[in-house]
Amino acid sequence: METMMILIIGVLVVVATYLLLSKNIIRIILGTALLSHAVHLLILTIGEVKKGDVPLLKETPGPYTDALPQALILTAIVISFGVTSFILVLAYRAYAQNKTDDMEEMRGDEHE
Amino acid sequence: MITKWAIILPFIVAFIIPMIRSKLKKTHIGWIALIVPIVLFIALLRFIPQVAAGKVYEHTWQWIPSLDLSFTTYLDGLSMLFALLITGMGALVILYSIFYLSQKEALHKFYCYLLIFMTAMLGVVFSDHFIMLYFFWELTSVSSFLLIAFWHHRKASRRGAQKSMLITVSGGVAMLIGFLMIAHMTGSYSIREAIQIMPTELTNTLFIPAMVLVLLGAFTKSAQFPFHIWLPDAMEAPTPVSAYLHSATMVKAGIYLVARLTPLFAINQSWFWTVTIVGLMTMFWGSFNAVKQTDLKALLAFSTISQLGIIMSLLGMGSLVYVFGYSPATVIYTQAGFAALFHLLNHATFKGALFMMVGIVDHEVGSRDIRRLGGLMSIMPFTFTIAMIGSLSMAGIPFFNGFLSKEMFFEAALRIQQADLYSSTAMLSIIPVIVWVGSVFTFIYCTILIVKTFFGSKDKLPRDRKIHEAPKGMLISPFILVTLVVIMFFVPNFFARYLFSPAMLSLYPNTGTMEQLTPHIAAWHGFNTPLLMTIAVVIIGVILFKLLPKWRGIYNTLPERFTLNVLYDRGQNEVENVGRFMTNLYMTGSIRHYIIYIYLFFIVVVGGYFIKSDSFAFDMTKNAPIEWYEISLMAVMIIAAILILRAKSRLTAVVLNGVLGFGVSIFFVLFRAPDLALTQLVVESVTTVLFLLCFTYLPEWKKEDTPKYTKLINMAIALSAGVLVVILSFAVLHYDEFKTISGFFENAYELAGGANIVNTILGDFRAFDTMLEVVVLLTAGIGVYTLIKLKPRKERKKNEDQ
Amino acid sequence: MKINDLILRTVVQFVVFIVLTIAIYLFFAGHYTPGGGFVAGLVLASAVVMLYISFDTDTVRKGLPLDFKIVAAIGVTLALLSGILPMLFGQPFLKMSSMNIQFPLIGEKTLATVMIFELGVALTVVGVVMTIILSISEGSDD
Repeated sequence: METMMILIIGVLVVVATYLLLSKNIIRIILGTALLSHAVHLLILTIGEVKKGDVPLLKETPGPYTDALPQALILTAIVISFGVTSFILVLAYRAYAQNKTDDMEEMRGDEHE
Repeated sequence: MITKWAIILPFIVAFIIPMIRSKLKKTHIGWIALIVPIVLFIALLRFIPQVAAGKVYEHTWQWIPSLDLSFTTYLDGLSMLFALLITGMGALVILYSIFYLSQKEALHKFYCYLLIFMTAMLGVVFSDHFIMLYFFWELTSVSSFLLIAFWHHRKASRRGAQKSMLITVSGGVAMLIGFLMIAHMTGSYSIREAIQIMPTELTNTLFIPAMVLVLLGAFTKSAQFPFHIWLPDAMEAPTPVSAYLHSATMVKAGIYLVARLTPLFAINQSWFWTVTIVGLMTMFWGSFNAVKQTDLKALLAFSTISQLGIIMSLLGMGSLVYVFGYSPATVIYTQAGFAALFHLLNHATFKGALFMMVGIVDHEVGSRDIRRLGGLMSIMPFTFTIAMIGSLSMAGIPFFNGFLSKEMFFEAALRIQQADLYSSTAMLSIIPVIVWVGSVFTFIYCTILIVKTFFGSKDKLPRDRKIHEAPKGMLISPFILVTLVVIMFFVPNFFARYLFSPAMLSLYPNTGTMEQLTPHIAAWHGFNTPLLMTIAVVIIGVILFKLLPKWRGIYNTLPERFTLNVLYDRGQNEVENVGRFMTNLYMTGSIRHYIIYIYLFFIVVVGGYFIKSDSFAFDMTKNAPIEWYEISLMAVMIIAAILILRAKSRLTAVVLNGVLGFGVSIFFVLFRAPDLALTQLVVESVTTVLFLLCFTYLPEWKKEDTPKYTKLINMAIALSAGVLVVILSFAVLHYDEFKTISGFFENAYELAGGANIVNTILGDFRAFDTMLEVVVLLTAGIGVYTLIKLKPRKERKKNEDQ
Repeated sequence: MKINDLILRTVVQFVVFIVLTIAIYLFFAGHYTPGGGFVAGLVLASAVVMLYISFDTDTVRKGLPLDFKIVAAIGVTLALLSGILPMLFGQPFLKMSSMNIQFPLIGEKTLATVMIFELGVALTVVGVVMTIILSISEGSDD
């Protein structure tokens, strides 16, 4: 299971990196979204999968899966949502200002 | 307690002043600032009897006890002397500035900076902790920077501020390193403890480096040769600032540091040599250059440099007592230290008065260039009196306090000549000569200051305004100062008893009693060598002044391009050019390049180390079982991911991204993480909505028209990043060198009263993280809101350079 | 944003209440079972988003006169306060405490200061998500 998971993560990283290196700003944003998916899965996978029960003390007798990675990922999900929305709006504003969504055209002057 | 409040009070008022500015339209805001130094000065005066009896007040405020960080302040003779100087001069300067600066200036800023400076300076002299001392030290540099650049629309002000900042702060950083070395050697961050422990560490290899670094800090701050070049440029500051920071207090922080650390370092002879020689060179170079200045403030700046050199060299000479070890025969050397303290206060009085005098002339005449001044004696009689007393004291003429300290300076120099320092007698015998020559130049520039400004014809004065005596308010402060100049000549031993003697105890602890360390100061001490030297100074000085046009030419012998200032400017330009060149090399403005840098760093450094350490691991035996539906889910995700790359429309891409997100949340379910699955599900929906919303404003994406080789490079980077992540993940997958900490959280019910472990971690165990996360979220929200709602304001008119 | 769809509106009117109930349930359930401040906040936000999608902006604003920036600010302040309050009693920052109280009718329940913290988190999430979505949909009115 873990081997397969890591391979998926690998594919996600490759796609995300390729998207990040594009010119179009929407592709770049999609790249960050994909990269965060990959990282979330990675944290969970490395913290031993399917080794215990749902970490709810009253519901199941245990042993429980590691709850710490889950807490970390929960935080990460919300933060990456905040970041994604921020860059999206940045893209929107940049387009309104510069009339382009091509990052190479937004490079600015040589000595700014 | 007094020390702590003395540091905090100016800071609080500094905060209040900008706030109450709008409430006080009529009153000059300086009156409020004036309360602070007066209150502190009186509060400090109350402690004089106890401090003079040798008592030391100390107050500790624990900050981070586990790291041995505490905010310890103490009040002994030396810090008392400096604190009185800071608050006393502070009061006089603020009083003066009320009449000097008009209501139209940005007064709230001025007094805010000035009070911050006061806090910083009091912090320097009261701190017992090296790091606190450093903190306040740099704060004085920062406030000085702000004050020099007070008229920031002028280019010269900004340049001067930058120069002083660069030089003093780099010295400060060197000093910090020196402090860290001291703390490393002695194991204590307390200055007093370090002084007690240091004698056992004499042979430590860090001793000399620490000494050099600390002295670098002191020399840059106190404008010692060759770091003095920032002080003349700092004269762009308003005159009250020059009088306060750049002659009476801040530049004496270096003196304070040298005095305070003399017991720490002086056991090594090189301390004596470095401090004395640098001080003497500064004294000579400053007075020599003061003579050629035409701007009155520049003249005073060089004279300040020279006087600081005198004090510094006196401290150096006084440290000989440590070299020889204490005995009734060597205690005599401490008299140089006494003269340093004495001259410190004298200099503050007469130089403060002179700066204020120049300010008055500048204010009334509109020029401080001696080529455009003359004959002011009859127009400004009071100002003339102040200038006369101040200059004569500075030149070392009897009936003024400068005479007494100058005599002691000569005496100390002569005594050093006789000191038995192995084979260095030739070096030692030059000292009185340098001292004497420097004094001649001092006499000359004092004469220039008076004669060129107040005597001669009035023809050169600007005619466009009516020149008259300064308003009374402006004369109060310099008048108080020159009164002190005279009083200190007649009752020096009174000041010695209450101010200098207790300070001597801090300068030379364990070296003798207060009585042994205090010489009796007498104006008349017979026809001895120092007096003859003074008489010679006056005679030669007058002759040289008369002949000045004949020998002025020697100032032109040194080519302009070799002066320190030009060297400094060229160095700065070079650094800026190289910096700009280097930055332009890699800051290309292309986000693709930046992302490539990040990835290359990751691939090369992490991957390289991974290969070097040969940490490959691949172990499928511990894998969890896999079900057929999991495999099909994985297949769907991989296909979706690859399809994103080939998506023709952005809508397809976003939907595919949604597919991936929902796939991830199904994995969360499979991996027994219901909270994650829930959150991921909702976040994914909201994100998709956001994307779609933004699409209404953004154009449909075009096919990327990147060249083939760019695509190949992108592909290579993407692939190697993916491969690296995969092999790294395999390597750490079943890594169990460290014990897991998750067991702790399974006691969630007992520890936090919750049964959902994930939520107890978020809300209780690691609540701080969550709180900050919420703050990040709020910041993102505010960012989005402002990005959309904020419209660029019209370009404000830029300040014109003058 | 104008969508004139009677079916959507009618459905949304019911669904919103169901979603709101789920949000409140998730909020209180978080202590023992899946749920908590984040999810509750997000679900709540999606309920409001649903309203905005099916009705026009003005109608919703009349029915729900909230400035979501302020909601977010209140949320952060609540979270901060729940951290600072224990300090007044000599406890460390963010020290949470709880007690079991016997309520009439519903039996024994736990009252915990975590609830204040979680409420802060939930309000921030609602506020921020709504601020973002509303700002984008309104545009920079130029």
